[in-house]
Amino acid sequence: MTIPVHKYDVVIVGAGGAGLRAALQVSEAGLKTAVLSKVFPTRSHTVAAQGGVAASLGNVTEDNWHWHMYDTVKGSDWLGDQDAIEFMVKKANEVVVELEHFGMPFDRLDSGKIYQRPFGGHSQNYGEKPVNRSCAAADRTGHAMLHAMYQRNVKANTQFFVEWMALDLIRDEDGDVLGVTAMEMETGEVHIFHAKATIFATGGAGRIYYSSTNAFINTGDGVGMAARAGIPLEDMEFWQFHPTGVAGAGVLITEGVRGEGGILRNASGERFMERYAPNLKDLASRDVVSRSMVTEINEGRGCGPDKDHVLLDITHLSPETIMKRLPGIREISIQFAGVDPIKAPIPVVPTCHYQMGGIPTNYKGQVIVPKGDEKSVPVGGFYAAGECACASVHGANRLGTNSLLDLLVFGKSSGESVVEDLKGNPRAHKPLPANAADVSLARIARLDNQKNGESVHEVRLAMQRTMQKHAGVFRFNDLLKAGVEEIKKVAERAKTTEIKDKSKVWNTARTEALELDNLIEVAKATMISAEARKESRGAHVRDDALDTAETPAGRDDKNWLKHTLWYSEGNRLDYKPVNLQPMSADVESIALAKRTY
Amino acid sequence: MSANTKRTVQFKIYRYDPDKDNAPYMQDITVELEQSDKKLLDALVRLKVKDDSLAFRRSCREGVCGSDAMNVNGKNRLACLTDVDELPQPIVLRPLPGLPVVRDLIVDMTQFFKQYHSIKPYLINNDPPPERERLQSPEEREELNGLYECILCACCSTSCPSFWWNPDKFVGPAGLLAAYRFIADTRDQATNERLDNLEDPYRLFRCHTIMNCVDVCPKGLNPTKAIGKIKEMMVRRAV
Repeated sequence: MTIPVHKYDVVIVGAGGAGLRAALQVSEAGLKTAVLSKVFPTRSHTVAAQGGVAASLGNVTEDNWHWHMYDTVKGSDWLGDQDAIEFMVKKANEVVVELEHFGMPFDRLDSGKIYQRPFGGHSQNYGEKPVNRSCAAADRTGHAMLHAMYQRNVKANTQFFVEWMALDLIRDEDGDVLGVTAMEMETGEVHIFHAKATIFATGGAGRIYYSSTNAFINTGDGVGMAARAGIPLEDMEFWQFHPTGVAGAGVLITEGVRGEGGILRNASGERFMERYAPNLKDLASRDVVSRSMVTEINEGRGCGPDKDHVLLDITHLSPETIMKRLPGIREISIQFAGVDPIKAPIPVVPTCHYQMGGIPTNYKGQVIVPKGDEKSVPVGGFYAAGECACASVHGANRLGTNSLLDLLVFGKSSGESVVEDLKGNPRAHKPLPANAADVSLARIARLDNQKNGESVHEVRLAMQRTMQKHAGVFRFNDLLKAGVEEIKKVAERAKTTEIKDKSKVWNTARTEALELDNLIEVAKATMISAEARKESRGAHVRDDALDTAETPAGRDDKNWLKHTLWYSEGNRLDYKPVNLQPMSADVESIALAKRTY
Repeated sequence: MSANTKRTVQFKIYRYDPDKDNAPYMQDITVELEQSDKKLLDALVRLKVKDDSLAFRRSCREGVCGSDAMNVNGKNRLACLTDVDELPQPIVLRPLPGLPVVRDLIVDMTQFFKQYHSIKPYLINNDPPPERERLQSPEEREELNGLYECILCACCSTSCPSFWWNPDKFVGPAGLLAAYRFIADTRDQATNERLDNLEDPYRLFRCHTIMNCVDVCPKGLNPTKAIGKIKEMMVRRAV
């Protein structure tokens, strides 16, 4: 069988925020670029981001990147790499202003400058008080951003392959990446995209959990492809549970609601965050707020007939403020909670939201892996940015609004690196291995011929329930141990899923089966990495990590101040040190300290 | 009818798989919903467990990505924002009207996006970019409300008879809303060029204010009003 081969300088997989930002950089540099996306670009999940993007513009309150850096390092529970964090916070103003120049309709202050609101974990003067750092377009910042960047790419004549699903990474004997195989969803045909540089911007995999704010498409495709191709995954035990998903529906309610003055209340109406975070209260870091909420619920102070959620109250805000600053939230609340937040509080519960870990990269967006004695060697031709990547700027817990910043900064830097690397080394395309498409074709042939298998739905549900039960907001030694065995069993079951639909045309059953392969890699990585990390840090909190003088709040810097690396083959674990050194001499390392808000 | 009980829902769904069907047909199918299934999209996902060959687009399930637009009991809607219990049964589902069907509820949106792209949907400002943000007053920014929120779901354009007759010549409500979004932006410098681009018997003037677009927009936007403003500017420019 002859497989069609498309030759490009650059192939970008994913057309959300990171992919579009990277695409702009390489397209405008004149490189021949193909952007592959499972969905039309403006349907990517960046569209659902609500509250804002962080930048220390200081339009409302005094601010600077030093404070932003401190907040991000502290938010990461010191697991973030300080060189990458310094790079990101220093670039923030530049990339946000650029976006404004692209036409993004930010809200405005009376001064005509970009509107900024407070957000969780962001502070003035090293934790002293909340700061207005989140640049927002009402509560539709992601939508406004994604459309503005898509529009800018239309102007730049970027070439999109819409509704193409990348299947597998192509590597040669040297380990260099030469592109991907991809399936055109309309025809079911597999093609090869042969590239000098491949950028993954495939987003997160929140769909490994039963209850998630994530879109259906967030199936960790890039992360799964990388893992199958032998690239280790970094810090996959760290998943952010957003404090405010709509109870029952999982749909996101932005932290911007609390930034505008919203308050979390328990069954007796108490503002319970005052007990857990006396300083920043409802605007403490997300991991802290989510744990506080679960503690309230576990101790019987939850709301509703089943005492299974808490309430997010904005009834004290003026209807004008709600209509102007939080119109989308009002719509969502009416649609999915049956509540008009002008009149009554919104029932909310912590919900899986964001993958802090991912494909290991440096701040240039180059994918880095251990090789010999070295821990961070770039993989030739391979780059990653956004939620699928781990730079690592979020460490063990991401601050709200830092994700949109991450995808802008690292989308751009990965694009710049590609331009630079191809300019410095204008090598021709390396020859494709003879078997470049074999793995993908075998996966599809397996699905075409499978008999007597379970449905994709059944296996996916088993995976989601396992993750929800065994690797949630609070983690327990015995549940994690059992979870490792459970998830390995589910992974076996995924190898024999059967689909009834055998059509070549727009076969969504097949797409979902192929997505499940990716989800399974992510689920295994998460459970195995979590079981192994015998401490509490950021979003990973376990019952047997005790609060002692050497291990405050269960955090064990002596033994666990290190990044996890999980390899799919044999479920092998490795570790590498956290980079505590900033990038430049402009700032000193943020010293380890106990984390309180 | 309570949303909190298990209940069976009847569907009549347009099915067509060019790989095996000679012609489209309507499939009668029922599905039992779980308590938590509230939206039409929940029901479709449940249906797909029963028959994995049913093809439809979906992603965010909260009305911001614009994937799951379809014709529901004769009206274009987003499945994820439609309460299933409020729909008379059998619930009749068809692909968006006026665009070629690829399979089942999936249409080929090429023509729709071609029209969107034809209005140059990006900010045009040829001044060298300043170091900081371009300033815009809150009042100027408010002019963009009701315009920038479009999710490109195509509910409007595919409910518009003028778009059905001339999808290649009439820009359609979604594209024209986007055109006005840039005209109304104080940072954009291409108003004249944009008006020139629409000055022809079809591109703009095929809008006969039927207002189906306003009726179906799941985001509550008003393309007809935006189109009226463009027409007004054309007239003012002419005198």
